[in-house]
Formats: sequence, C-alpha cells, structure tokens
Amino acid sequence: MNLHHLKRAIMALFALLALTPSAHAEKKYDPGASDTEIKIGQTMPYSGPASSYGTIGKAEAAYFKMINELGGVNGRKINLISLDDGYTPPKAVEQVRRLVEQDQVLFLWQNLGTPTNSAFHKYVNSKKIPHLFLATGATKWGDPKNFPWTMGGQPTYQAEATIYAKHLLKTKPDAKIAVLYQNDDYGKDYVKGLKDGLKDKAQSMIVAEQGYETAEPSVDSQVIKLQSSGADTFFIFAIPKFAAQTIRKTYDIGWKPVVYVNNVSSAVANVLQPAGLEKSVGLLTAQYFKDSHDPQWANSTDVKQYLDFMKKHHPDGDPKDSNNAYGFMQANLLVHVLKACGDNLTRENILKQATSLKNLELPMLLPGIKINTSADDYFIIEQLQMARFDGKEWRLFGELLDY
Amino acid sequence: MDALLHQVFAGLASGGIYASLALALVMIHNATNHINFAQGEMAMFSTYIAWSLINIGVPYWAAFVATIVISFFAAAAIERILIRPVEKAPVLTVVSVFIGLLLILNSVAGWIYTYTIKSFTSPFPSEPPFGNKFVSSHELGAIAIALFVLVAMYLFFRVTPLGLAMRAAAENPASSRLVGIRVGWMLALGWGFAGAIGAIAGMMIAPLVYLDPNMMAGIMLYAFAGALLGGIDNPWGAVIGGFLMGVLENVVGALIGTELKLTVALVLIIIVLLLRPNGLWGHKVVSRV
Repeated sequence: MNLHHLKRAIMALFALLALTPSAHAEKKYDPGASDTEIKIGQTMPYSGPASSYGTIGKAEAAYFKMINELGGVNGRKINLISLDDGYTPPKAVEQVRRLVEQDQVLFLWQNLGTPTNSAFHKYVNSKKIPHLFLATGATKWGDPKNFPWTMGGQPTYQAEATIYAKHLLKTKPDAKIAVLYQNDDYGKDYVKGLKDGLKDKAQSMIVAEQGYETAEPSVDSQVIKLQSSGADTFFIFAIPKFAAQTIRKTYDIGWKPVVYVNNVSSAVANVLQPAGLEKSVGLLTAQYFKDSHDPQWANSTDVKQYLDFMKKHHPDGDPKDSNNAYGFMQANLLVHVLKACGDNLTRENILKQATSLKNLELPMLLPGIKINTSADDYFIIEQLQMARFDGKEWRLFGELLDY
Repeated sequence: MDALLHQVFAGLASGGIYASLALALVMIHNATNHINFAQGEMAMFSTYIAWSLINIGVPYWAAFVATIVISFFAAAAIERILIRPVEKAPVLTVVSVFIGLLLILNSVAGWIYTYTIKSFTSPFPSEPPFGNKFVSSHELGAIAIALFVLVAMYLFFRVTPLGLAMRAAAENPASSRLVGIRVGWMLALGWGFAGAIGAIAGMMIAPLVYLDPNMMAGIMLYAFAGALLGGIDNPWGAVIGGFLMGVLENVVGALIGTELKLTVALVLIIIVLLLRPNGLWGHKVVSRV
C-alpha cells in the first residue's frame, strides 16, 4: 500500500465516522453495560445464620423488576445477579469471582456482611470494580485512600455508638456503664465508638463489659454478671435475638438501668415484641430511617409508596420487617446514581457519581437526613436522631445529630 | 455470693434445656445406635408446628399433645423413608444423611416461617414462683418436665417389653430377629419416640431463646457435650451431664470470663472422656469377637 492509498483510506474512515450519529459516540461502556442492560452483582446470606437479612436482596430485586417494567433506567434494564454466600467468607469470595470473571458484572452493590465483604475487599479493589453501598456498618468501608473502589451503605456502628456517648455525657455525666457486645468485629466496632465518644472518661465510666458468642443459646449469664457490677446505664450491642433476650432478662431480674440498644436491634416487630413491649419501655436508640408501621408516618408519601410496593411487588416479604424498607431505600439510591451516570456507564463514572451525591433525600429516611458524599468522604449517611420507646412506638426526640 | 448463686440457678435453667435435648439424643442412640445430628432441627421444626397450631387458636395443651403426636409420626416416617435405604451403609454415609436432613429442615423452616424470631407461649405463669429473682416459673417448669421425661424414658426401657425389644434390636439386630422382634419397626419406633421427646424439648426451649430456624444451632452443641459427658447410652447420665454443662459454663464464665467459658467447659469434657471414654455414667461396650 503506498502513501496515496493510505491517505484515501484514512479519509474514508473519517467520512464513515462522520456519518454515525453523534449520540452514539458519547456512549461509553465497561463490561456489564450495554444499550439494553446494566448488569450488577451481589452476594447475600440467603441461607445460614444471617439468613434473616436475605429479604433485603429479595426486596431489591423486586424493586428493579418494577423499575424495569416501567422502562428501566435511561432505557436500560437493570439485571441484578444476587447469589447466596451463606454468610461464609470463602463462599463469598467464590461467588464474587464468578460475578466478576464469568458473569462480567459492571459493579458490585449491597453485598451484605462484614466478614464476607472483608474476604474480597482487596480483590475487587485490585480489579478496580466499584463495590458500592455495602450492607454493613463497619468503619473500614470508608477508606478512599487505600480502598478507593469500596463504599459503605449505612451509618457506621462506631459513629452510632459515638452519638450514644455524646447523649449520655449530656444527660448523665456521672453514669456507671455496663456493656454487652457481640464478640466479633460488629460488636467491637460499637465498643470502640462508645469509648471514643466518652474520651478520657471511658476508663472511669465503664464499670463492666461482657462479650457473647453467637453460638451461645442465651446471654442470661452475662446479664446477671453485668447487673452485679452495680452499673446504672446499660449498652446492648447485639443482634436481634440476643438483644430481645437481654431486654427481657434485665427486666425479669429487677435491674432498672438506663438502656441503650443499637439501631440494628431496635425494630419493634423483631426485637421489642418478642422481648415484651412492657419490658421495653424507656429504651433508647438512634434512628435514621422510618419504621413503616409507626402511626406517626402513616400519612407520609414515601411510607405509602413503600407499603404499596411491598403489596404489589414483594408480597412474600413482611412490610413490618425493617430489612425490606432498607432494601427499598438502597434500591432507590442506586437508581438515582445510575440515572446520574447517563450514557457513560464506565466503572470510573459510576464511582464518580456515587461519590458526588449532594443533599440527596431518599424515601424512608427520617425527614432532614441528606446524603452527601465526595471523593474523600465515603460515608453516605452521617446523621442520626435519638429515640425513646414509649411502650407502643419509638418517639424521636432532640435534633438530628452529626458525628 | 448472691451473684454466684444467681449464676448457678441460671446455669441449672440452661442445663435443663441441654438435658431435654440430650434425652432425645440418648433415645435415638439407644434405639438405633446412631447419633442423630438433625435432632435439634427436628425439634425446631416440631416447635414451629406447635406455634402454627397455637396461632390458629388451638389451646396450648391441645397443641402440645398434637405436636408430640405429629412429631412422633413424622420422625418415624423420616426413618422409614430416608434412613432405611442407608441402614447397611458405612457410618459416614449415615452421617451425611443426617447432615443433609439438618440442612433441609433448617432451610424449609426458614422458607415457610421466615427467619424473624418469634416469641413462643409458655404454659407456666409469667410471675416467678415465691417472689424469687433467681429462676422464672418457666425455667422451673421446663426442668420439671425434663425430669418427668427422664423418668418415663427410664421406666420405658427398664420395665416394658417394648423397651426391652428396642434395646435388643439396637444392640444385636440379628439375634433379635431370630427371637421374633421386628427390628425395622423397632428402629422406626425409636425415631418416633426421639422425635416426640425432641418436640417437648423444643416447646420448652423456645420460650427462653425465641423461636427461629437457627434456634438449636448452639444448643445442640451443648446437648451433645452434656450427653457425651454423662454417657450417651444412659438417660440419667445425659441429664446430669446436661445440668453439669449448664452450671459449669456459667460459673466458669463468671469466675474466669465469658470469652473462655465454652473453651474451659469443653476442655473439661475432653479430660473426662480421656479418663472415662464412655462418659461419667456410661456403660462400657464389650463386644465378643
């Protein structure tokens, strides 16, 4: 081929490019995205000890099915591939590798569990796959310097405990504190947050700490031990089953401290009803989203939307189960991010959009809570409000607290 | 001292839980020479049946009896359908079947009833007896029922011809067949009784730890340990073993720290088993070769 021919060929090529519609040139895709589909991967504990959370994945899949029926996001259908990891790290690694290498998903989203996500944390970051809005409250998911592709999806446990500490210092600065915590990352994050919040008073204020293992049938023994420490303030950092046992036992043995229970274990249907509503009066917690069957929200549009969604699209799920409301909110957030991505569905742009949310309000979040993220702030929800249980429902009080 | 006494009582209460499930393990061991890993899940499933019955308005004690009867037949059916075909298979095959059964029952319960914890009614008064703070009426009642089951089981194996036939069928199937015992049915009966005892245990445990598909996971571990400690072939031994486990773990937890309580309890058991491989009150197995 001589130079003349080459010149001609190049000109022909340019002519061809000029003919193609200009919109086409703006579309950018990474694996998992196309004109018709956005492929997302997720692992959930559909079996095993944490399977009560599995309903989150089901609610999210139902939400996307609804969105797809309405035409999808910017004309593309959302294809959520949600696999079971049984809450075991090795299985989670295997499933995530499958999602990334075989199914070629565009990104991972809402993977549930601290131990499971920890197992493939490095892998997805080395592959540069967005690993967004994880369903766990560990603090390590907000570390943009070392793990720029990973982003948590809820207020951190540490931050929540810090807010309790602040509240306690304000209302009862001379409290004697007893702490019950789950003996793993989950429970220890809370204890750390509490100590950070109490600062130099932590040493003198905390008079007793007791851990428990999830394999234990009951925590009665720990509660008795904590009572004998003479504490007048009690922090429960547990999962629902053990929180319910603790609230009941505390009442039954005639111990009457001020009790703080962590947000995860504050649902009326899951925890307080089994523990006994009369035994739960006066409990304190911090909240960030609405309890769908709380009468004070009965007339708000988002709660109505949620209940309507549950009835029409996820009839197998229990609308009272706060996990479903959580899934509804998270799916909403993701649709917002994907809309913002427009036709630029590269992994880089998805991360960029997820980290540039400004004053976003989401259905089911408490009024006033706004989502803000940036390239060096990966924590999506940073506001909580204290609430007290009055025997029927949680009553919010005070202002939204930042940390 | 008050706190320690309290720990001992709490230990006795959880010991009662372990003992009642350990009894079901002994039952199936004595009747079939197997250790059923799915025993806990069977008991959990029975408890869900009771919960469903109570929820549709059946009075407690009627639901209690109905659940025991249903569990008896369901467990016997499991033996006929699932265990029968692997009767002559190596031990590992049987263990696999038990584990499969465990997983199936756990998942099916989760699928039907969801994983949300449910409170389960107690037949006993909600106020503690004699105004004490150490032990609730339900805990006392559960211990009493475990002891009642124990005595009934002891008498059944000791004095009834059927109990004797069952023991014979488990220990020496060939000779039993020769003297006219229907070995196959004896095994199914053994499963049935174990299922019924498990159902009672489940209904006594659920009000304490709440009903959910994973409720037995931790308890089975302690029940096993208790049964092995006391002697898996001796109902008395298993019950005492269960109570010992409960008290031991609580007192160790209170004195040494909760992080080591399970470890210390299990180490003690290993020591006991090294010295007495058949458990504290187990019978020595002697076989003629």
